[in-house]
Amino acid sequence: MRTGRVIGTIWATRRHPSTEGLTLQWVLPESVAGEPDGSAIVAVDTVGAGPGERIFFVTASEAVIAIEEVEEAPIDAAIVGIIENFTLSPGEL
Amino acid sequence: MIIARVTGSLHATRKNPRFEGKKILVVTPEEPDGRSAGTSFLAVDRVSAGPGDRVLVHQEGSGARLLFADEKIPLQAVIVAVIDSLQLDGEEGDEG
Repeated sequence: MRTGRVIGTIWATRRHPSTEGLTLQWVLPESVAGEPDGSAIVAVDTVGAGPGERIFFVTASEAVIAIEEVEEAPIDAAIVGIIENFTLSPGEL
Repeated sequence: MIIARVTGSLHATRKNPRFEGKKILVVTPEEPDGRSAGTSFLAVDRVSAGPGDRVLVHQEGSGARLLFADEKIPLQAVIVAVIDSLQLDGEEGDEG
């Protein structure tokens, strides 16, 4: 499960019916220390994350599992929580 | 499974309800000699691991869900053991 930041939102009217009604957020993966860590992805938001919020997300089949109202859908990333803060051991930034 | 060091813990109230009551820790993959071996990520604790512990992280969803007997927990990484010591062939044991 990785960490990232919401950098924007995506709207798409013509899309796979099973994804109807799901909010799509634009997410930049970031390390725990907050540095960019790979290129941006699009993830379904299951917790109401807002722009700029630091979040954590799951990928692969777990992304579909995270979406209660859907059994099967072409989704491979889902935001599953909003980071308040970390308690980090010294030296681990 | 991989060897990793617990390097922090996460505080998050707004999260998937299936994570309720579970501890989410920051783990950093580690080489046998203790050097960090990659980007930190989040894992759900299952063995009361604490900061600084060297642990085994199971990185596969379906196996992890069995541990929590919950088919709907969106789990990808679980801490399944706290390592007491390691011995690399031909080297001294390491209690780190």
